[in-house]
Amino acid sequence: MITVALYIAAVAIALALLLNGWRLLKGPALGDRIVALDTMVINVIGVILLIGIADGTATYFEAALLLAMVGFVSTIAYCKFVLRGDIVE
Amino acid sequence: MSALLDIAVAALLLLGAAFVLIGSWGLVRLPTTMERLHGPTKATTLGLGALLLASVLFFQSRGIWSAHELLISLFLFITAPISANMIAKVHLHRRRTGAKVEPDGIAGEPPRPSEDGDWATFEAPQQDTQASTANS
Repeated sequence: MITVALYIAAVAIALALLLNGWRLLKGPALGDRIVALDTMVINVIGVILLIGIADGTATYFEAALLLAMVGFVSTIAYCKFVLRGDIVE
Repeated sequence: MSALLDIAVAALLLLGAAFVLIGSWGLVRLPTTMERLHGPTKATTLGLGALLLASVLFFQSRGIWSAHELLISLFLFITAPISANMIAKVHLHRRRTGAKVEPDGIAGEPPRPSEDGDWATFEAPQQDTQASTANS
């Protein structure tokens, strides 16, 4: 039962990633592209969690935690660059 | 007991994946940038919370206790509003500096904070630094 749920969840998240990619390519505002990238990172964390459950090992959570941190920092850095023209003033 | 846990894990997985998909669908479907912020920041974060809960239960039922999932969900729930706030600031900033944006939605143009003030994105963080000149 969990296997079937995993497959359905993987398809749903893949579809969500495709929708994010469409928004990333289309824009039109810069804010849209940043939101799309941020959402893509969050969705990839979901994919990593699904792989972790499928494999039954807890090793993947390190990667998920790291990705969560790097995604947040990169979003903030991008926003800061657009707002101020510089990241660390 | 184990069958019950399995049902709970499967249900949480489906719920989480559905919310993630709804968030991205909102990102595609909603009409303006400010409205598009709502989908990913709320629905997707909630969906990932459900996925993380499913993972906690799954490893619990196999006798492995790991606190990583809780750390990840705590971190995500703290950071999602911050990044949403920063992206909204970017959008306001770009509007005011004359970047090409879509026409406003039902809500209309975002109001000025006060008569003589302006959004904080235009102010210098400290007194002796220059105001932002990016994108102008």
